[in-house]
Formats: sequence, C-alpha cells, structure tokens
Amino acid sequence: MHKKLILLSAGAILLSANAFAVDRGELLASTCLTCHGAGGKSKGAAPSLAGLDKAYFVKSMQDFKSGARPASVMHRHSKGYTDAEYALMGEYFSKLK
Amino acid sequence: MSINRRDFLKVSGMGAASALIAGCAGMGASGAKPKVVVVGAGFGGATCAKYLRKWGPNIDVTLIEPNDKFVSCPRSNLVIGGLRDMDYLTHSYDSLAKYGINMVKDMVVAIDPAKRTVTTKGGKTFGYDRLVLAPGIDVRTDTVKGFQEAEAAGKVVHAWKAGPQTALLRKQLEAMPDGGVYVIGIPGMPYRCPPGPYERISLVADYFKKAKPRSKILVLDSNPDIASKKPLFTWAWNSFYAGMIEYRGGNAVTGVDGGRMMVSTEFDDIKADVMNVVPRQRAGELCALAGVRNDASGNWCTVDFITFESTAVPNVHIIGDSVSAALPKSGHMATNQAKICAAAIVELLAGRQPEAVPVVANTCYSDTSSSTGGHVANVYRYNAEKKAFVDPGGGGATPQGDTLNHTYAESWAQNIWADVLS
Repeated sequence: MHKKLILLSAGAILLSANAFAVDRGELLASTCLTCHGAGGKSKGAAPSLAGLDKAYFVKSMQDFKSGARPASVMHRHSKGYTDAEYALMGEYFSKLK
Repeated sequence: MSINRRDFLKVSGMGAASALIAGCAGMGASGAKPKVVVVGAGFGGATCAKYLRKWGPNIDVTLIEPNDKFVSCPRSNLVIGGLRDMDYLTHSYDSLAKYGINMVKDMVVAIDPAKRTVTTKGGKTFGYDRLVLAPGIDVRTDTVKGFQEAEAAGKVVHAWKAGPQTALLRKQLEAMPDGGVYVIGIPGMPYRCPPGPYERISLVADYFKKAKPRSKILVLDSNPDIASKKPLFTWAWNSFYAGMIEYRGGNAVTGVDGGRMMVSTEFDDIKADVMNVVPRQRAGELCALAGVRNDASGNWCTVDFITFESTAVPNVHIIGDSVSAALPKSGHMATNQAKICAAAIVELLAGRQPEAVPVVANTCYSDTSSSTGGHVANVYRYNAEKKAFVDPGGGGATPQGDTLNHTYAESWAQNIWADVLS
C-alpha cells in the first residue's frame, strides 16, 4: 500500500511537469499571432482574437472555408485546418486574456 | 519498503533512463536548469528565445546578437520608395527583457558541437543543452565580378539585409537625375523573400512616377520569369507604371563596374545611374561553423521538420532563411518555425515527445504602390511519409492589388514586430 502511494505521488510530480507542455491548440494558434497580434491583441486592422467566443471562431473559420463569409485572406488560411483544429484553436483564443 | 527503479519507471510510463533524469520539469545534463543558446535575434531567433521562455520558464535562454537594434528587412522597400523612414523599421530589443532572456550583444565566432559550447568574439563561452542557429543569409557578394570593390566604394548595394544599405539605396535614388536608369539584379531561386525584388521595383516606380517620371527601371532577373506573385506584379506594372519598367528574365548579372557604373550580364554591358544587384545567397556562415550547412547544394541546412534539429549534428537546431525546405524564405515563416522549434525543444528537454504534426502558416504582403498591395498565403502541414512540410492546397495569391491588402500589410507589420519583440 505504502509503496503504491509513494509511486503515485512520484508519478503526480512527473505529471505536473506536463503543466509546461504546449498543447496542440496553443501551438496551432501561435501561428496566427503573426497577423493577429502578440497575445492575440492586434495593433492594426486585423481583428484581435484574444477572448473571442469559441463558437463564433469555429463558425467563422467554417464560413471562410466554405466561402459563405467573404474574406481578403482568411479563405486561404481556413482551408489549411480541420474542424477539430478550429475547435482546439477556438478553445485557446477564448481563454486568452 | 524500497522502491526500485523498475517500479518507478512503470508508474511514470517512461522507458528511457535519460528521459527520467530529464523528466523533473526539465533538467539539464548537469542536473541544473536546462540551457538553450539562440544565435541571431532576427525574426526567427528573437521569436524562438521569447517562446522558449514563455513555454519553458525553467529553461535558461541566452540570445546572442551583434546588432544593437532590430532592423526589419520586410517593409524596407517602403523606405527605399520614400514612403517611410529608417525609424519605422528600427526597433529596440528592450521589450524582450520581461521574458528573462539573457541577451548578449556579441558575435559567435566558434561552435563546438561535441563540447556543446559557443564562443564569442568578446571571448565569452556559453554551454548549451540545445543550440538554435538563426543567422539568416550569407549574401554571396563574391559571386558577382567586381561587386565587393564597387560595394566598398559605395557604388553598388544589395540592401538585402536592412540597415545602412537600405538608407544608402534611398539616398542614391533621391540623387539620381530625372531620366536616369535604376538597374536591379535578382538572384535565382531560392533566395530570401521571393516577392521582395518585385515589390522594390513597384515602389521605386511609384517614387519615380511622382518625382522623376522620365526615369527607367531595368530588371535583370536570373529567374526565367517573375518568381513570385507574377499576376499581381504584372497587373501593377501595366496599370501604374506602363513604359517605365523593362523586365529581362534569364538575364543573370555576372559583374558590376563601380568606376564606369556598368552592370554586365552574359549578353550585355549596361550603363546605370543606380546599381542594385542582389547576389545569390546561402545559409549564414554560423551554420558552416557548426557543420550544419549540409544540403546537396552546400548552401542550406537540412533539418528534421518536427524539431528543426539538424540532420547532421545533434542538439543543433536551425530556423528561418538558413533552412533547406520547399518553404518560402520569409520573416513570417522564420517567426512561425521559431515557435514550432521552441515548443519541440521545451518538450524534448522535459523528456516528452514534441508535436507530431506541426502546422505552419505564411502570409506575405507586398505593396504595389503607395496605396495598393496584394498577398500570397499558404498553410503547410507536416507529412510524416515525406518528412517534410507539404502545402495541401487552398492557399494562393491575389491576382491584383487593392487598398484593403495595403491596409492589412501595415497591420501585419505592426503585429509581427510585436509578436517577435514584445
């Protein structure tokens, strides 16, 4: 019993090291910041993405991909990602302050 | 009751003993904080150092750069065209201080991949667990006959690295009389910033049209045809600058004569008022020092695209223009490669696997006049079979320019500079 407890704690310590891991959503989203601004806060005409509603983000990307929403450049970028990836990025941006 | 190593490994799920040593929130070989040295603080290097610290706050990051300030080559054509000044391009590194990066103003002169050290001109030695090289390009001024003498005399510039040559080219264009000839030489692909020369031609033409309309631009292109965004630039040149630009594809510049102000190709010797020849390029010399400038041509560095680690030398990563890849050599690409590289190094130092399918996007804006512009945009996805980034399609370039792209180009500049430097 005691041995298992010690091993589990050790495992937890190792797992907590994963707190520094860059999750896929954040890594995918990081490539967007070059146009949309450091920390998702734009200094120019491109919209800020920090704090954006996740569902709105996902729908926007889907509409850019389908052409339902006209775009200057986003119709091109949206075609590079899957719906699942939109959800991961959307999750990340929605939490970005 | 003792716990043996086998039990511990079973719980942690890690097989490799070395991973276990590295596993405690990232430990370096000596048990101290892991160390990463980044050489070059351009779009790639500065971004890599920042994101390494952001995602791996336990990592000791040293960033070595000889220049005081960051001077952006992207957008430098606006200075050459007289639309902006050098201050616009010039940025401080001070905002990176918040990430706790050890910034060293110095130049690396030696790299020992076996000992894992780099040594600077100032005599300092830095040890590393991982090294990131982001030196940009080495401009082969030795490959154009007479270039180096003419350059030393201030008679020819490439202005392919932003800084004094950018300002000098602008001065030369301002001093040129109406009716003069600006000759630009373009190297064969691959080179840094494929649309760059054609944007430069467009903005110089925009300036000439306003200030000295009888002047001419002669384009001597090593490439058989316009190498990037051809429809966009053809539209611009025909719409705005008809009669001003003479384009000669397949006309590589072979030599320059600063005394007589002549540019030579294999076909002609041409008299010029302003000579702007861009020689061909290769990965920065630092890469040769490390033994990683190893592609078939001997010009660029082959890497594992999941981590950007050299395929030739372990623990040395290369990002940006120096990389051998079917990817455009752009500041935007360097910035985004830096993030993938940083994330991969963070995971590796913590004994984890890096992201298996990285995806990187590139958007490249080019201005076609003082109020119009266009872009090319692509997303590249890592393909495990090809072990390379592949463009799955869906990207493309604008066939014509407009004011919206012009506005977005400026937005891109402000945002990428902030992403890289703050």
